[in-house]
Amino acid sequence: MRKKAGGKKPAGVPAWVWFMAPSILGTACFILLPFGDVIRRSFCSVLGGQFTGLSNFRTVTGNQAFRLAVKNTVCFTAVCLPILIGSGLLIAVKLSRLKHPRLMKTLFLFPMAVPAATVVLIWHMTFGRLGFLNGLLDSLAGRLPGAVQAALGFSGGPVRIAYMDTELSFWVLVFSYVWKNLGYTIVLWMAGIMGIPAAITEAARIDGAGERQIFWHVVLPNLKGSLYTITVLSLLNSFKVFREAYLVSGAYPQENIYLMQHLFNNWFVNMELDKMAAAAVLLAAVLLVLIMAVQKVRPE
Amino acid sequence: MAAVRRERKALMKKKVMKGKRKISVVLSGFFLTVLALLFCSPVLLLLSGSVTGPYELRQMLRPVLEDERYTAAEVRERDTILWEPVPRYPTGEHYQKLLFFTPQFFTVFWNSVKLTGLIIGGQMLIAVPAAWALAVCRFRLRKILFTLYVILMLMPFQVTMLSQYLVLNGLSLMNTHWAVVFPAVFSTFPVFLIYRGFASLPEELLEAARVDGAGELGVFWHIGLPLGMPGILSAVVLGFLESWNLIEQPLAFLENRQLWPLSLYLPEIGPDQAGAAFAASVITLIPSGLVFWLGQDYLEQGIISSAIKG
Repeated sequence: MRKKAGGKKPAGVPAWVWFMAPSILGTACFILLPFGDVIRRSFCSVLGGQFTGLSNFRTVTGNQAFRLAVKNTVCFTAVCLPILIGSGLLIAVKLSRLKHPRLMKTLFLFPMAVPAATVVLIWHMTFGRLGFLNGLLDSLAGRLPGAVQAALGFSGGPVRIAYMDTELSFWVLVFSYVWKNLGYTIVLWMAGIMGIPAAITEAARIDGAGERQIFWHVVLPNLKGSLYTITVLSLLNSFKVFREAYLVSGAYPQENIYLMQHLFNNWFVNMELDKMAAAAVLLAAVLLVLIMAVQKVRPE
Repeated sequence: MAAVRRERKALMKKKVMKGKRKISVVLSGFFLTVLALLFCSPVLLLLSGSVTGPYELRQMLRPVLEDERYTAAEVRERDTILWEPVPRYPTGEHYQKLLFFTPQFFTVFWNSVKLTGLIIGGQMLIAVPAAWALAVCRFRLRKILFTLYVILMLMPFQVTMLSQYLVLNGLSLMNTHWAVVFPAVFSTFPVFLIYRGFASLPEELLEAARVDGAGELGVFWHIGLPLGMPGILSAVVLGFLESWNLIEQPLAFLENRQLWPLSLYLPEIGPDQAGAAFAASVITLIPSGLVFWLGQDYLEQGIISSAIKG
């Protein structure tokens, strides 16, 4: 049992109230109370405000754009998280074996400091029909033997894909998400790896375990806590990929990268607040359940 | 004899394994370096583009600029973009033009500075004491409040967007900088980061200060603040990178373009003014690059302590 602060109770208002008051008041005014109002609105009609039960929710879940946005967001997360978490782990393991991993870590972390807006032009230059990527594919294709070229579908002359206007835009988004988020994933994995006492891995090595065995049977089981953290953080950061999508393609992008935030913005512009309310409540509920579920399965 | 031979064989095997390990380390080191450089190449491209003369730039960017004019058949006849990493005639004219002859850029730049400054300052004023209370004071609501803060921290903008709008509209703050500042100031993420720093302080130290007659405020001011500084700085660094890069909030809450921050203004510079766009991007990158460079240790610490452990 921990002691009460100060041992004895000070007279009057306890100290924590003074410390917490501004934050609690602000949070209540700007987040909690209005969210209560949002919940109320989600059950009411936008005009007149009568109680309409679940009708807003029915409208929203039946809405084509909403379904598309949910589908894309779920797909995006399902594809990105394994890629990000896996490649982050792989690189972190390799980096932790180097003598001076610091500079490399810096290079991988740097995209985090690059504002999304500054790379818009670069993305256009890379993923346009005459962009770097197509140029690279051209020169690669030219060097492959003819049979391989045919098998890969390169046979029809130069590659001129407009990535942002086809379903490949989804993969461009995946790429830019991984580019931005890989650094902190590596930092978290490395912190986890460094946290494993050297004695354990050393003991395994003396017992004759190879590097691979040590990784699978010693390192990996000790990283469950890191996996939990990285998953939650990456999930939340995946909502921010809207920035890149919006900056490169505007409010109505190719339909494979039409995300939740696009939908919310478009509803907001049209002042369809009842739909926004219902969708916000739905999203909050889903995330809450998800967070609770992850909390439950978390080790320790 | 056989035993010796076996031992020697084992030793050889070990040596070979060690050699193999060395090769694999060198190989993976090489591969990682290439990958890491590739990761930073967009920034190098920005830098080189910003000092390339307008004529050269137009020549190089032609495939991108004229993309829309080509039909599917015509585009096959064209060459893809080629980039000279080092310009033939380096020039500072894009910077000059942007800094001295584009008043709009100044407005937008100062908007960003103002927003970021107000957000970080406000966050510190609000979050540091709150984090202190959650970490050090023992009260009955502590656990509930903490859980609530963590959940709020995890909610994306889509969830809170409408709530924020309702309040901001009610206070007629829409279309002012305060509409972006206030909700960010009361974000619970910095509270959580700073809390981690305070929570690691040894209880005995605080107890000793109290025994020596320091009040709660004194303990906070003389012990908590200096010793919790790494946590606070982590929150500053992460907060800076986030608020310098704001997109969703100003897009929703600022209609007047005069109020826009850099992060929204930049993409408005079309590729036909590529030089200006490159230079503006580099200038936008400088503050966050600087913060990153100076604060990398705090950034890493912050990332690590954003690990959620209740």
